[in-house]
Formats: sequence, C-alpha cells, structure tokens
Amino acid sequence: MSNNGKTINQVQDQIIDEFSLFDDWMDKYDHLIEEGKDLQLLDENEKKQDFLIEGCQSRVWLKPDFDGEKIYFKADSDAIITKGIVALLIKVLSGRTPSEILETDLYFIEEVGLSQNLSPTRSNGLLAMVKQMKLYAMAYKAKQKG
Amino acid sequence: MFDINKIRSDFPVLAREVYGKPLVYFDNGATTQKPARVIDAVREAYDSYYSNIHRGVHALSDISSGKYENAREKVRAFINAESKKEIIFTAGTTASINLVAFSFGERYIKKGDEVLLTALEHHANIVPWQMMCERKGAVLKVIPINDDGSLKLEKVNELITGKTKIIAVTHVSNAIGVINPVKEIIEAAHKHNIPVLVDGAQGIQHGHVDVMGLDADFYVFSGHKVYGPTGIGVLYGKRKWLEDMPPYQGGGDMVDRVSFEKTTYNELPFKFEAGTTNFVGAIGLAEALNYIGSIGMDNISKHENELKHYAKERLEQLGGLTFYGTSANTISILSFLVDNIHQYDAGMILDKMGVAIRTGSHCAQPVMSRFGIDGTIRASMCFYNTKEEIDILCEGIEKVKMMML
Repeated sequence: MSNNGKTINQVQDQIIDEFSLFDDWMDKYDHLIEEGKDLQLLDENEKKQDFLIEGCQSRVWLKPDFDGEKIYFKADSDAIITKGIVALLIKVLSGRTPSEILETDLYFIEEVGLSQNLSPTRSNGLLAMVKQMKLYAMAYKAKQKG
Repeated sequence: MFDINKIRSDFPVLAREVYGKPLVYFDNGATTQKPARVIDAVREAYDSYYSNIHRGVHALSDISSGKYENAREKVRAFINAESKKEIIFTAGTTASINLVAFSFGERYIKKGDEVLLTALEHHANIVPWQMMCERKGAVLKVIPINDDGSLKLEKVNELITGKTKIIAVTHVSNAIGVINPVKEIIEAAHKHNIPVLVDGAQGIQHGHVDVMGLDADFYVFSGHKVYGPTGIGVLYGKRKWLEDMPPYQGGGDMVDRVSFEKTTYNELPFKFEAGTTNFVGAIGLAEALNYIGSIGMDNISKHENELKHYAKERLEQLGGLTFYGTSANTISILSFLVDNIHQYDAGMILDKMGVAIRTGSHCAQPVMSRFGIDGTIRASMCFYNTKEEIDILCEGIEKVKMMML
C-alpha cells in the first residue's frame, strides 16, 4: 500500500480528521467498515496458521513483506469491523521502515475512540495486531543489521 | 404478584445508561446483577459486625460466625440438602469442581479408570477432570448430543463401563441453554453405583433444585450467577463422599490438631474450608436466596419462559437467524447467528446500542465444534428482563443486518 509520500503522523492526523466528522458510534463503525473494504486482502492460500494472530475473538491474518528497506503488510479478518481496524493500522504502518514502525506512537487509536479496544482483555485483537506488527519490525531490523 | 417494575427497581444498576442509551442487560448467563438488599447485606457485614469467623471469643466474631452458619443453613434449605455438613462454601463453581476432581480423584481414581462427561460442558467441567485424568492415567469419555443440542441419553448406558468412576454433567448448557436430563442420568449411574456431579451454574437460578430429590452426589454452583456476590460458591456433596475424600487444601479452620508430625482434620464442612473463607460473600448469597424466595421460583420460571418464547418468536420474524440448542427443553438462553455475519461484529454494534450480549464460544469450545462454528451471539435473559428489552435487541439485530449485509 502506498502512503503517497505522507509521514506516519500525517496519515494518523488524516484518520483523526475523517473520524472527527462522526458523533455517532454507528457512523464511526460504518466508516470503519468502509476502510475495511479498501484493505488489500490476502489470497485464500495466504491465510495460513503462520499469519494468524493469536488472542482475537475474530480471526485476523497479517502477512508482512520486507523489500530490504520497508515492510508492506497485507491482512484479512473474518469479522468486518476487525478488518476495518487492521486496515487503519496498515494505512499508518505499511510501507515504512522497521525503525519507523518501532518508534511510532499510535496516538490516532486514542483520538478516534478505539482505545477501549486496546485493553488486553478486549478480544478484537487490536493490541495483538499492533504487537505483531512491531515484532515483525524488530525481526526485520535485526536482519538489516545482520 | 409479579410486578416487573418493582423488581427492576430492586436492581440499582438496571436504571443506568450506556452510550446514552438505556442498558439492556442480556448477559445474565455470565453473571447476574445484584438487588439492593444483597448489596446492603454485604455493606452491613462490613459496617456493623465484621470480624473473622470461628476463631474469636469476642462479640463481633460471634455475630459473624452466626451469620455465616445461618447462610449455610439457608443454602441447605434452598437446595434441599439433608444436612448443613454437606454444604461447603467455595469461591465458585470452578473452585467446587476443582475440589471434587482433586479430592475424589485422589481417593478413588486409578490408572485406566474412566470419567464420563457430556458434550455440553463448560470448560470448568472439563479441564479439572482432564488435569486429574492426566495425573492419574485415567480416561475422559463424552456422552454425545443430538443436532438440537439434547443429550443422547441412550448412549449413557453404552458408555458406562466397569471402569467408570464418576459422571460429571452440566444441569443446563451455558452456551445453548439446553437442560440435561440429570435425574435420568443419575438413575442410570446409580444402578452401577457411580456417583454423579451436577454443574448447576446455569441451573440454580432458573428453577427449583432439590438435591435429595435428584439424588445428586455433588451439586455445585456460583453465588454471582444467582444474584449473590462474586467470589462465593457452593459445593453440595453427600456426606458419605465428603467424609471419605481427603481435604483439597490445607490451612486454618480445616484442622483438628496440628503438630509437625501429624495433623488431624476437622469435621465436615470445615475439613474442606481451609483458610478464612469468603464469609461476607456467603452472607450476601444467603440474602440473594431470601430475595429469590420473596419473588418465588415459580414466578421467576414463568416470566423467564414467557421471555424466551417471545424472544424466539420476534427474532425468528427477522429472518436469516440460525439458532443453536433448538430442543424444546431449554432455559431463557438464546444462542444464534445472523446470516453469515460474524458474531463479533454483531456484538460490537449491539453494545453501542446499549445491549449487552455475549459473543464467542462461551467457554464451551467443544459445543461450538460440535456445530462446526467458532461462536454464537448469546442472549441470556432472566426474570428482571422485559419484552420491551427484547424489542430493542431485535431493533439492534436489524441495524446489524443493515450495516453488515
């Protein structure tokens, strides 16, 4: 996914702006669902156990692709709202270097009102997705150095 | 008279809103709300006479001990046990089952023995037995269910062998609401002198439980699912088993005499109540049982049955719903999926409409696997719920369909 030359924080700010248009939770969810539709999905054969994120009530697959400089993520979920959430994360973090991903403060989550989904006991796995993306970044960063 | 408005006003939390909408609480299978008099009884215990039980010779300890033992008598009468000695206070259903699985296992289970469960069990009535079986080299066997969620009762006799040492069955399935034929299972088991543990976590709050009438060997339940406080539960066990089983945990109160060479154990029920028990919880539980008594279990069952039928009818009218546990013999739990919508998506939307339902596998993954699904939406209703709330749930499901399809 291209980030059109925007910085991570520019993308976060843009997401916050979009969500600020909605007062009602249903409208926010509608918007999330729309975001999910833009997600570049995995092929069925890519939905493997290796890419399945543990700890989600819905299933989420996240596949990284590293070109030696930047990481590109693709993802899918069997729940539509979860797909929207992972789409936002990908919008912000895909096509970034491992260092950028590791250093990012994902403030948009709080700002758009999704932080209640961040508690470890919430089962939509937002926390698990963020953790998994950072783990991949850490692994690729180590590879870069090596 | 069953006055729903009066009943609702007995539960302070039911008046609150979530996300600016009236709370519709349909997660009673997970835990029930508390009437003010239970909250007051707990507060009074801390405010007025709090002191440790069975130890002091002073006034407050006497009052606490008296209230605690009265609570035990209240529980005994509520489930019609023969003796107070057969009522053990625990932390909850899970703790009660772990106690029996351990102590019964230590005393009676040997390598190659068998434990029989049903396909409807909550994880709490699977895992403790599994752990014991692993320790003892014993084997778990499972009574299967039909497509409507009812138990294949005819398989019970087939599955009982000379090696079957205990049968553990849920009274009511928490995941799909189906009531098990526990009396028939107990009769079949007793022909072979096999004891039966009944997991009453979802049974105790929906109808009369008579452990002597059932001839259950063990009956366990949680206080928090029957309008009592969290952290208190009950293990009923027939005296002959409890006398014979070794203690589960060691500590204070469960001992008779202690020396570094040898400890002798206290008599029942204290033998199984090591350490300071949750006596305030027990006092709160007794008040919850008093409250249920004041409403009347028959009135409760009748209202819940009406709710179940109304909800089923209204939800079916929406179209596209698949129900699990379609057997006629169920409590006021409806477990379903809407078209091909993920239960989690539905739960998220319903939550924001003020409707609290549970989604997922309901800690009963084998039940979900039996139906080839990951989870369901579960609306578990109880006597303080109303038909108007069911209408709001239906509006919510319509909204879900509109957004997701």
